[in-house]
Amino acid sequence: MPRWVWALPPVAVLALVFLYPLALVVQQSFTADTGEVSFAPYGDVFASEAFREALTTTVWLALGATVGCLVLGFVLALVIAFVPFPGGKAVAKFIDVFLSFPSFLITLALLFIYGSVGMANGVWTGVTGAAEGPFHFLTTPWGVLLAEITYFTPFVMRPLLAAFSQIDTSQLEVASSLGARTWRIVRQVILPEALPALAAGGALVLVMCLNEFGIVLFTGAKGVTTLPMLVYSKAILESDYPAACVVAVVNIAISVGLYGMYRVVSRRVGA
Amino acid sequence: MLVHSRTGKWATWVVFFLLFLPLFALPLLVILTASFSTHWSGAFPSGPTVENYGAAVRGESLQALTTSLVTALAASVLALTFGSWAALAAAALKKGGKRALDALFMLPVAVPSVVVGLAVLVAFSQPPFLLNGTRWIVILAHTILVTAFAYQSVSAAIVRLDPMYEQAAASLGARPSYVLWRVKLPLLLPSLNAAAGLCFALSMGELSATMMLYPPDWMPLPVQIFTATDRGSLFAGSAVAVVLMGTTLLVLLAVSRIRTKASFR
Repeated sequence: MPRWVWALPPVAVLALVFLYPLALVVQQSFTADTGEVSFAPYGDVFASEAFREALTTTVWLALGATVGCLVLGFVLALVIAFVPFPGGKAVAKFIDVFLSFPSFLITLALLFIYGSVGMANGVWTGVTGAAEGPFHFLTTPWGVLLAEITYFTPFVMRPLLAAFSQIDTSQLEVASSLGARTWRIVRQVILPEALPALAAGGALVLVMCLNEFGIVLFTGAKGVTTLPMLVYSKAILESDYPAACVVAVVNIAISVGLYGMYRVVSRRVGA
Repeated sequence: MLVHSRTGKWATWVVFFLLFLPLFALPLLVILTASFSTHWSGAFPSGPTVENYGAAVRGESLQALTTSLVTALAASVLALTFGSWAALAAAALKKGGKRALDALFMLPVAVPSVVVGLAVLVAFSQPPFLLNGTRWIVILAHTILVTAFAYQSVSAAIVRLDPMYEQAAASLGARPSYVLWRVKLPLLLPSLNAAAGLCFALSMGELSATMMLYPPDWMPLPVQIFTATDRGSLFAGSAVAVVLMGTTLLVLLAVSRIRTKASFR
């Protein structure tokens, strides 16, 4: 019996439970209300203001969160790896634990901290005597951005810490003894070594941000609609399946395209 | 060592904790504190209580906990079976075949979970497969979502496996099935175990696809937390969230204990 026969059963199962449903989504996105094949659902969705707004919000939120995660993750990982302090191991462990929690918990916590009657506003009104506090960003895209940066930064830190542990510290000592300042060492010795890990981590975070749903749902903001949120509201709240399928196809195209790039990048750099 | 002066070091650490504590430690701490309170409108919560936990381990919350545990367990077992079968089969293929199988099994990671939920809903609400409204549709969606992670970690472990062991066994006359069962799988046990922990944690916290699919009588913990906070019961929701985090951590801890034991054998 040839070897590829053993690969058939799992592939068949995957085809039935995953590829066949996806194909149905694509098929339904091309089906008009009358039941015939047409581009009408695409025309309707692309013409709608809600879709265009969701698309731009999704893309800039994902890009912003990715940049934020990369900068923050790089700085934090740099300190853990190269300015070691007692308890640094515990911090790295904590980050691993953090990764195993669902994303919406961050939004839940932010509601207590920055919500309209939360901690920050409470302290403000207590100190200044004002009627209400200045923090109202939670139900705007900025609240989602803050939550996404918080939740996804550990996903950048983990590959970075792995890459940093490969760097020979004697390189840093040599650079330093030759008179290089801290920033120069970071820029010219550490950063080139960390680039593959940064690229891989950044691409992964970008895809996860494009697909993020829990954080946006928990924010409960009517003003923030992303593509996954639009899929949910079209399908479940409005029962408009063709429109939901169109948005889903667009979302799949963006995410799978980026994920393919991530796979190529990470294979090329061997991360 | 990047910073040599004493003041420089302290300054770096202060900046580190000024970023780290508010961003990462504070959210978890806030949820934990809120779960023991009834009121929070200033710097500190008020009305210390354990009442939230009384509600969190009774009635529909308890049912949500068992729902989540059963779903996560079933999804992990199924995902491990299919994921490691596929990974083992892929490792035996030539380069092109392996790459195709890799791409195929990693695809569910790239597709948004909400869309996986929508696809499963569309496909299994119509004949010949009518699963809509049953618990099986939730378990199925979770399995699809976590299989990719099982496949990935088992695949990575197979690459690191020393081929000497199976070659030695085969040269002594062991049949392929015997080699698989008595040599390869035991060697893969630690990574299977780690994959099980990962799948379980992911399934416990899964919200996106579940929101699209859950029937009224099969509501997992994350959905329960959402419905609680959505109707304004933030403190009760926090208690349920702490139960979710605690359960996930306990299972992860138990799994890693088993792993240490297995690697000592």
